[in-house]
Amino acid sequence: MSFLPRDRDWHPRPYDPRYKTSTTRAPSQPPLRIGQTASELTGPIFPASDIGPLDHDLLANHGPGNPIGERIAVHGRVTDENGRAVPHTLVEIWQANAGGRYRHRNDHYLAPLDPGFGGCGRMLTDAEGRYRFLTVKPGAYPWPNGPNTWRPAHIHFSVFGEAFAQRLVTQMYFEGDPLIARCPIVSTIPDPRAIDLLIAPLDMDAATPFDHLAYRFDIVLRGRDATPFEGAP
Amino acid sequence: MTKETPSQTAGPFIHIGLAPEVADVDGMRTLGTRIVPTDASGERICIEGTIRDGAGELVKDAMIEFWQADATGHHAPGHWGRASADFDTGLWTLKTVKPGAGRGAPHITLYILARGINIGLHTRLYFADEDNAADPVLVQVPEPRRDTLIAQRKGTTYRFDIVLQGDGETVFFDA
Ligand SMILES: [Fe+3]
Repeated sequence: MSFLPRDRDWHPRPYDPRYKTSTTRAPSQPPLRIGQTASELTGPIFPASDIGPLDHDLLANHGPGNPIGERIAVHGRVTDENGRAVPHTLVEIWQANAGGRYRHRNDHYLAPLDPGFGGCGRMLTDAEGRYRFLTVKPGAYPWPNGPNTWRPAHIHFSVFGEAFAQRLVTQMYFEGDPLIARCPIVSTIPDPRAIDLLIAPLDMDAATPFDHLAYRFDIVLRGRDATPFEGAP
Repeated sequence: MTKETPSQTAGPFIHIGLAPEVADVDGMRTLGTRIVPTDASGERICIEGTIRDGAGELVKDAMIEFWQADATGHHAPGHWGRASADFDTGLWTLKTVKPGAGRGAPHITLYILARGINIGLHTRLYFADEDNAADPVLVQVPEPRRDTLIAQRKGTTYRFDIVLQGDGETVFFDA
């Protein structure tokens, strides 16, 4: 068993002059293609005991009180490129508060911190690969890239999968946000169809009336090659 | 076939989600602070280093993940950890047990995340005091660049400096 090669043209360009920091942090050499060994074909497994009862609920896991902002659920399924569910895998998220401010000592944006909001969430997917976080919709924020560059509202996601080869860190955006098309970080991804995969549509069926709206974000990790040793997938 | 979800940079505030204690976010425990169980057998070692960019600047907002075999050379689910570069000095530190040889020389897999890194950087750390000559991955690395993957021993501490771009650029893998 091995994982399908990663399509590097589908992923963001490591070096992109429009995203300034990438110009000194992107390797000049292309990554060296190596075969997968035990180090890539295995990965950490996180026990349920690693996850606290409120870790998935950013409306409640910081406090005191309820956070300010639009209450939303963000939910979806983690599958692989073969369409198989990725169960019991760790999904971690982090985000700015409704005003666009991060609870981090290096964020000096003038929007205030919200005493009721931390901005960190984590959970394990269920047996079918599903996850669901409760949070507030993050605000857009400015950043020092160009003279007037703003990030679209986004939530950062980290997903492990079943082996280190599947490790993925990405960002989720919100349907209809006009800042997506203007974002130099979004546009490091060359293919608009790939960008579309990062834009979560509003999902009224998953909203809870008089409580919160919902957005759906499905995540696809690298798939596997069938090999004669393991039989067909 | 569905295509893989594309990567995006982890950005400068990665600590909030992946090391909340480092970001001073209350109420969330930080995972991966101990890469091996306290009772894990094997030689206790400390590895430290910095990350520099193509302009020679320290990358002080990076995070590294570590995945390694145990002292007998087998990958156990728990042998995973994270370290953040120090916001002031840029130094990262890993306390672990030295991995054993599996089918190749002892090594630790690293995954580097930071602002400006659009897709996580996968590399390996080997040990200068081991026999690395026949390692099946290292032999695929052009000889002049192999040194970028080898941690140097000083007492009980290994030093492993990472260069993201330019002179002495660390070898990164597509596996
Ligand atoms: Fe962000």
